Amino acid sequence: MSRARILDSADEAVSGIEDGSTVLVGGFGLAGMPFDLIDALIRQGAKELTVVSNNAGNGEVGLAALLQAGRVRKVICSFPRQTDSHVFDGLYRAGKIELEVVPQGNLAERIRAAGAGIGAFYCPTGAGTSLAEGKETRTIDGRVHVLEYPIKGDVALISAHRADTMGNLVYRKTARNFGPIMATAAATTIAQVREVVPVGGLDPEAVVTPGIYVHRIVQEAC
Amino acid sequence: MPLSTDELAAIVARDIPPGSYVNLGIGQPTKVADHLPRDSGVVLHTENGMLNMGPAATGDQIDPDLINAGKVPVTELPGASYFHHADSFAMMRGGHLDVCVLGAFQVSVTGDLANWHTGKPGDIPAVGGAMDLAIGAKQVFVMMTLFDKQGRSKLVPTCTYPLTGIGCVSRVYTDVAVIDVGPGGATVRETFGITADELRDRLAV
Repeated sequence: MSRARILDSADEAVSGIEDGSTVLVGGFGLAGMPFDLIDALIRQGAKELTVVSNNAGNGEVGLAALLQAGRVRKVICSFPRQTDSHVFDGLYRAGKIELEVVPQGNLAERIRAAGAGIGAFYCPTGAGTSLAEGKETRTIDGRVHVLEYPIKGDVALISAHRADTMGNLVYRKTARNFGPIMATAAATTIAQVREVVPVGGLDPEAVVTPGIYVHRIVQEAC
Repeated sequence: MPLSTDELAAIVARDIPPGSYVNLGIGQPTKVADHLPRDSGVVLHTENGMLNMGPAATGDQIDPDLINAGKVPVTELPGASYFHHADSFAMMRGGHLDVCVLGAFQVSVTGDLANWHTGKPGDIPAVGGAMDLAIGAKQVFVMMTLFDKQGRSKLVPTCTYPLTGIGCVSRVYTDVAVIDVGPGGATVRETFGITADELRDRLAV
């Protein structure tokens, strides 16, 4: 019996996400963005969300559509401003959304730490910059390090290439990006995949996300 | 004559030791890849999770799952590998990259870097991987024009723009000079279309 359940629709997969949840959203730009799950989350209606993702939406699709729908209270990301981030830009300038900018390596490591039970960690990234203001520091080996805390999600929405029915996941090329770490860091991890294969259909040596981290799986609509 | 961006990219490429693991920042530094000799054995890292990245993809090569840090479709070279974001940034933060080449608003003579935020009210801050690269790569090269549009030097005694990292830059490649920076201050290595004396007069650092 596996932890992961294979569901028939993205709507079923995102059911029960509550208002005020912290949602980890995979993807780097549009690569690895879980479009079906985000569209379903828009239909599902949860609001006042805190979204953790590398970017703050591109164009009008995916994360940008969730922002446009007014469901997001705060974005924690490394790189909001891009050529096609007009949805976020408009909300931010209108004071309708809160932004926490986090150096990308800290974003990744804070998510990883949450999944690995690390209470906090010290790293030199950002030392002496405005992004480290007010944070504890410690000099280690002659170098100033900044204390960073984990980022835990109530839910992770990720996209993977293939799943087996045990919830094991493999990814494809750079669409892997935040998927494996976000899968570990949320109370409920929901993955959309291009294909679900039977148990034994994935090479165990090639599994990137073991099924222990995955709760719900849905195959992408074609 | 000051160097064109392509000529400058060729100078940076010349100075990257064969076999290095290298991260090229978004914008101008990307052009360095076009000037690396085929047999250099340089392995390009892209922060979104790939080593041995190839040139930009064209036509049928374009694959939405395969992009670089600038979200441009790219290709993979034989021997490429993919990994998740925490691993990708461990490569930076853990000191495994030999060289990174970044753009900058300002660099101080002691190697402080300002390249992520203008600090102007209304500008939306976006840092990406700049702070991680700045502190993590063994050598941080900056590639920029030496003077801004108003003719002010971007090599400064102290950065006035918000900092990306302190004392992290080792060398600045500009259209008129290559300059080493660090704890001992700035040292001009070579100049292009300007004498070292003229350069010192214009820099006043």
